[in-house]
Amino acid sequence: MSNELCFSSVTELSARLADGEVTSVEITRALIERTESVEPRVRAFTHRDAERALAQAKAADERRAAGEARGPLDGIPISVKDVLASAGEPLTCSSRMLENFVSPYDSTVIERLKRAGVVLWGRLNMDEFAMGSSTENSAFHPTANPWDLERIPGGSSGGSAAALAAGEAVATIGSDTGGSVRQPAALCGVVGLKPTYGRVSRYGLVAYASSLDQVGPLGRCVDDVAVLLGAIAGHDPRDSTSVDVAVPNFAAEAREKRGPWRLGLPKEYFGDGLDPEVRAAVEKAVDFYREQGCEICEVSLPRTEYAVATYYIVATAEASSNLARYDGVRYGHRSEKASDAIDLYFHSRAEGFGQEVKRRIILGTYVLSSGYYDAYYLRAQKVRTLIREDFNRAFEQVDALLTPTSPVPAFRRGERTNDPLAMYLADIYTISANLAGIPGVSIPCGFTASGLPIGLQVLGKPFDESGVLAIARTYEQTHDWHTRHPEL
Amino acid sequence: MPETRQIDIDYVARLARLALTDEEKALFSRQLADVLHYVEKLNEVDVDGVEPSAHAFEVVNVWQDDVPARPLPTEAALQNAPAVRDNMFVVPKVVDEA
Repeated sequence: MSNELCFSSVTELSARLADGEVTSVEITRALIERTESVEPRVRAFTHRDAERALAQAKAADERRAAGEARGPLDGIPISVKDVLASAGEPLTCSSRMLENFVSPYDSTVIERLKRAGVVLWGRLNMDEFAMGSSTENSAFHPTANPWDLERIPGGSSGGSAAALAAGEAVATIGSDTGGSVRQPAALCGVVGLKPTYGRVSRYGLVAYASSLDQVGPLGRCVDDVAVLLGAIAGHDPRDSTSVDVAVPNFAAEAREKRGPWRLGLPKEYFGDGLDPEVRAAVEKAVDFYREQGCEICEVSLPRTEYAVATYYIVATAEASSNLARYDGVRYGHRSEKASDAIDLYFHSRAEGFGQEVKRRIILGTYVLSSGYYDAYYLRAQKVRTLIREDFNRAFEQVDALLTPTSPVPAFRRGERTNDPLAMYLADIYTISANLAGIPGVSIPCGFTASGLPIGLQVLGKPFDESGVLAIARTYEQTHDWHTRHPEL
Repeated sequence: MPETRQIDIDYVARLARLALTDEEKALFSRQLADVLHYVEKLNEVDVDGVEPSAHAFEVVNVWQDDVPARPLPTEAALQNAPAVRDNMFVVPKVVDEA
């Protein structure tokens, strides 16, 4: 019974809560027990507070008993990446810099989840400050891929994907700056959505690269991420880049939209470097859409080969600026070594940040420095314009694009840690969507011969999350990859 | 783009207010030379007349009404401070007594 609850979808649990077949306390307790048994091997969490979660579950059950249930998420446990502020809970970004930081206020996303009645179950591990693609850059511990514990779960939201795949959570929240929701979702065999830039408020999301960062849900199925998106989306005056557009009922629209669609295959996403098993699985998914009557056509996004370079200039430049706030003065790690105020900055930052963070701060500082700004940063911003135009042109021909999410399945821990460039190339198919601001979802579309999950990515027009989800859902309806669980 | 790809690591680390060890300096110099070599592929792109994008969509200034609101209480604002005295952040000496 308890493991069955842990591997249920939010949609199923929501119906069973409404029917009185199960209580929030039962679900929460099942997750706590499951986590106690598998977490020593998976290590998806940075922090857990079972008592606090059970108290919230009890309150949800009392609301329901009193006829005051708040909606489909009331009493559903949700686990959140350790990058979103939640009042009274630790907020570490998996960094020594924030090891002892406790949020004084709620991010907008957490505020909305609380209003929906969710039970907040734990804080999830990540690459430090969301910089990485494998969760090996966590200052605390790496997270294992539940499908093969020797392999990485992807990143930077590796904890969010691994906890879900391992049955330690029923739905999670991550953040996606260059693929950090979609790539781990693909590598762990779950569904992960990056919404359109501006769809979800960034207020209370610790900033990495502000023009690219977007919060996104991960779930066992498309319906679950649609419901979660509905709960967290919407205009917020506290985030000036939050867009004031209507929030549709994503789940209902995803069910209602039936196609057939015109779907584009960007030829640049199927070239060298794509693992043959990933290619075969994605091509099989494309065949499915063709059989459904969708028109499949090849399109070109000619600036794709420049996306990773553009990203690593734009993102590190923004990061070097955003992370300047960690100075050891008002919060965060403070060095004991410092003799004066300036020295305090140098040593607090040296001691508080891990290697990848330092590397990106150095790169970002360099590309913004006098004499190099035009050559690197300004040029990258111009190429970013061209990358956006590529997508605009493609979306004149097609409704959405189908691509692999990651060029390779989960790689072994330690395999790429000494080669930052090789690690950066793991994001080659996800990064452009952040530069262009468009929505994208990754859904399971098969397994390798050795049993590793493979992800299919659907990229859509700005603010057409419903369309992207409907396309993903159509596939999911007749395939059962998303219902498989790893042996742990 | 400039011909040289060697980062002046001491200068950049100073700008970034990061104290790096000698090992880190050597490692980052080598790794970032590789990354810079890679990003120089952007030189191949013709960007003449292209407007730069700071954001994916046009971002305009957002005006808000000047409404009084309750700020974070002092206690909450100070709860994560490494050192506090009399409701203030304590820092090492900034100005020399000359």
